[in-house]
Amino acid sequence: MEVTTKSMPYEAWKDNEYIEKLVNELRENGTNVVVGSLDKLINWGRSNSLWPLTFATSCCGIEFVSLGAARFDMARFGWEVARSSPRQADFMMVAGTIVLRMVPVFRRLYDQLAEPKYVIACGSCAISGGPFRNSYHVAKGIEDIVPVDVFVPGCPPRPEAMIYGIMQLSRKVKVERFFGGVNRQEKQEEFLAAHPVDGVND
Amino acid sequence: MSNISDKIQKLFPDYAVEEANVPIFTVPQEKWHDTAVALRDTADLALDYLVTIVGMDWTENLGAIYYLMSTKYDTIVGFKVLAAGDRQQPYIPSVADVWHVAGLYEREVYDFFGIIFIGNPDMRRLFLNIDWVGYPFRKDYDADPALNPVSIESERQSDFTDVYSLDENGKVVKGERRIFEKDDFVVNIGPQHPATHGVLRFRTAVDGETIKKIDVYMGYIHRGVEKLCENLMYPQTLHFMDRLDYFSAHNYHHALCMIIEKAAGIEISRRAQVIRVMMDELSRIASHCLFIGTYCMDLGATTMLFYTLRVREQILDIMEKTCGARMTFNYDCIGGVMQDLAPDFVQDVKALLATLPANLKEYNDVFTGNIIAKNRLEGVGVLSREDAIAYGVTGPSGRASGWACDMRKLQPYSIYPELDFEEVVATEGDSMARFKCRLHEIEQSAKILEQLVDNIPEGECCVKVPKMLKLPVGRWFQVTEGCRGAFGLYLESDGSAKPYRLKIAPPCLPQAAVVDHITRGQKIADLITIGGSMDYIVPDIDR
Amino acid sequence: MQDLSFITDWINISLRSIMPGWLAVTTECVLIGIGLLLVYALLALFYIYYERKVCAAFQCRLGPNRVGPMGLLQSFADMFKMLIKEIIHLDHIDRFLFALAPYLVIIASMLAFAVLPWGNGLQVLNFNIGIFFLLAVSSIGVLGILLAGWSSNNKFTLIGSLRSGAQMVSYELSIGLSVITMVCLAGTMSVEGIVAEQENLWFIFKGHIPAIIAFIIYMIAGTAETNRGPFDLPEAESELTAGYHTEYSGIHFGFFYLAEYLNLFIVSGVASLLFFGGWMPLHIPGWESFNHIMDYIPSVVWFCGKAIALSFIIIWFKWTFPRLRIDQLLSLEWKYLLPINLVNLVLMVLIIVFNWHF
Repeated sequence: MEVTTKSMPYEAWKDNEYIEKLVNELRENGTNVVVGSLDKLINWGRSNSLWPLTFATSCCGIEFVSLGAARFDMARFGWEVARSSPRQADFMMVAGTIVLRMVPVFRRLYDQLAEPKYVIACGSCAISGGPFRNSYHVAKGIEDIVPVDVFVPGCPPRPEAMIYGIMQLSRKVKVERFFGGVNRQEKQEEFLAAHPVDGVND
Repeated sequence: MSNISDKIQKLFPDYAVEEANVPIFTVPQEKWHDTAVALRDTADLALDYLVTIVGMDWTENLGAIYYLMSTKYDTIVGFKVLAAGDRQQPYIPSVADVWHVAGLYEREVYDFFGIIFIGNPDMRRLFLNIDWVGYPFRKDYDADPALNPVSIESERQSDFTDVYSLDENGKVVKGERRIFEKDDFVVNIGPQHPATHGVLRFRTAVDGETIKKIDVYMGYIHRGVEKLCENLMYPQTLHFMDRLDYFSAHNYHHALCMIIEKAAGIEISRRAQVIRVMMDELSRIASHCLFIGTYCMDLGATTMLFYTLRVREQILDIMEKTCGARMTFNYDCIGGVMQDLAPDFVQDVKALLATLPANLKEYNDVFTGNIIAKNRLEGVGVLSREDAIAYGVTGPSGRASGWACDMRKLQPYSIYPELDFEEVVATEGDSMARFKCRLHEIEQSAKILEQLVDNIPEGECCVKVPKMLKLPVGRWFQVTEGCRGAFGLYLESDGSAKPYRLKIAPPCLPQAAVVDHITRGQKIADLITIGGSMDYIVPDIDR
Repeated sequence: MQDLSFITDWINISLRSIMPGWLAVTTECVLIGIGLLLVYALLALFYIYYERKVCAAFQCRLGPNRVGPMGLLQSFADMFKMLIKEIIHLDHIDRFLFALAPYLVIIASMLAFAVLPWGNGLQVLNFNIGIFFLLAVSSIGVLGILLAGWSSNNKFTLIGSLRSGAQMVSYELSIGLSVITMVCLAGTMSVEGIVAEQENLWFIFKGHIPAIIAFIIYMIAGTAETNRGPFDLPEAESELTAGYHTEYSGIHFGFFYLAEYLNLFIVSGVASLLFFGGWMPLHIPGWESFNHIMDYIPSVVWFCGKAIALSFIIIWFKWTFPRLRIDQLLSLEWKYLLPINLVNLVLMVLIIVFNWHF
């Protein structure tokens, strides 16, 4: 089994070891034919219909706007249905610095996303704090706050890099398994157990 | 400049004056409020525009420097006020009743330095959350993350604000005041909201669809740039300017480079100056284009965004060829610009100028002439000239209210005095005027580019500057024109290679603060119209 | 022009020949139900794709083109995802009403499907007050929206639903009046009757001036009824995040999403019924051979084609105009559309009385 993308040679993706590992895990575990093809159908739907949450704090958000514009046109992939309500979005493009005051809001937004939910850390601020890492009021990367699926480096990343990042996310979704087994949900549960929130009910 | 110094010295002979590039008078704190009223009301001075309040920590004492400007005489002057009281509870009388915008600037100083402003009706923290420990801009601030940990629990919310006053013994007394009335229906708009242009938060008391009051919360993207700069050498501080108002990246860079060059006495080549100005004006066009697009999108006309981004992409292409990046250029450097222009720069700019009129016509056809757009914009959010000055609303938003506040004209810098361009001023002061001002400014920027594109002089693009640049002891203040208004920079040097204090006075902060004033009695939908027409950039507000 | 009722008749006769009458009727109902649901889902998916492509064309973009040939499968992928997306359960809400609301919205638009004249002889229900029934069921939708907004226990949804209530109630008047104008011309409320009346000439030509005025008003009010831009205040993205359905996720949100597009189809379907002859081909009196050629195009194609072409206009509105404000929205209706409509009705009556129509 290979995770392919339409009109892209497989070689272009070969360097993603993480997904290769997931694929191997899938292969070793083996699967029921019916469940397997159902999984395939579901993953086809999910991976091709990733709706972003409109969430931007700074510069990267403007590049995300450019991504939607005519030149880069993320609508080609079906990502243009940006939902403003977290309940209806599939992934969160964390475009910009997350500062301490924003952290609770950001975490709440993540909690409000409906499963399956994914997070892309976009730009160096979201990854590590970037140029503001030494500041007293900047979170040093969002990895401690929410589980992250894809990191897109850059300051800000070019729209092409963002497309590449979302495509990697789409590939990752393709090797998920809905009925247990290889999935990132377990990892997410571990993470949330380690980072509990009190007082947030939604 | 000397003229105004003389006038003030005549009026207040016992105030010591310090000659910097902007003269600074030292005022005793107990006389400050009366002095402020006199400064504003004396017809000879008419210092009616408060540019910024620079909070300062000189380790032995705390204080603030007020920079005032006269809209009548275009003069600029500073006033230094030392705080009374000890480091636990330093205080200065508030001037929030003299200049409206002072209320907000004082909150900022309080937030960063812990200086209490006696009589300010709303003395809360501005950027940091309510339970923050310590005052980060003090030199002895304890940055231990254990004191202010990263917390995912919602911040505490208070419906009360603090008011401080002095009792008869001269002791500071804390009082409380309710922000909203008890039975107000308060809707929380933001920080994650599609129309707040980032992470601004409005707590809005509404009566049906009508807005009664707005309480603005900032700091959701406060990154402490000014504090970070204090630990970096001068060339290293530059890159933060790209990330404040990311649309005016070139303009802000230009401003900081200029003030450092002024302090170090560096003369830059004419070629570098021309390149800088051209880049500034290109950014201005790109910025206003994006404004038009996002503004129309906020109002529901999504398609316009795509038409305006077309021009922006064209400009980004030009920039990318020369600077190598699409957004954070880091192009201007101390002594000139990083590298020479790309070979086809001139040709590309000419191509841009050729397509611009047709594009502007299209914007007018699609949006400006639309009856719905007219109904939505005309007469909505009227800001009078007096209020614009009192609230310190500069840039196209201020000029739409009839206040000619273009710093390129008032405080000429670089090669702007030689250029022929008009200052776009409208008198209506409504959202439509603000919108149109920006449209016309695109034309004026194009005019500047037309004058320069064929006259880029030969020469070196960057003069040699020592790697370890040290500035002499002193303080400098400069106001330049960003894409969104007057961008002030205050630089204090103690003679080392790092700035002692670098204060950034952003244009967007007053623009966000004035929203409460002009939305009262309007509809919720008008909040979007008005907020959008102010065109603030939240990272610029929060720094 | 071939009559498609022979198919339905044949099914009816063959079913009755193998089973008792009551069973045959039940089977037919089930078959029709399944057929309608299928058409419903496919139409909605097509419409989502259609709008995304049309809007991309307006915005100089390509639109979906990666999933399936020319991106045709994009909305299917969206549907699969939405079906299995988590439905979030909220605390402190009225659970029953919260769950009921999306079904009300979807049922309202589904019921309206029953009386649409799909083709010659292809109509689920044909009774003498068909158009009245249509108006009646389409107002159930607003109930769903009000419930959704209220039961979510969220300030944004509440404002959204109240806006929606005010908007729908106002614009229903305009829709009703312009429908009445056309019913006057037709002389019947039966959908089949209205279509049959247009055999010689479509109403928009037959009723000339008042018909055109009624058509314009109907299109404006219809756009408002479907909550689409420039009248999309109940879900104004930039003001109320997602309006009345902010708190809905998964398939519940999917129902709102589908219903929006289906309502778009219904509004344009009714417009084509009232003004463009429903499934009736284009007939011009005196041009016999032309009319004959037109008859060769199947009636289903005529109806769907007209509806989709009219939807294009509504989509065009959405992507061109900025949004109105709530007070402007209401004053447009009460101060302009309603008086014009009333005068227009009188004009139509005069034209009918004096036989000035074609």
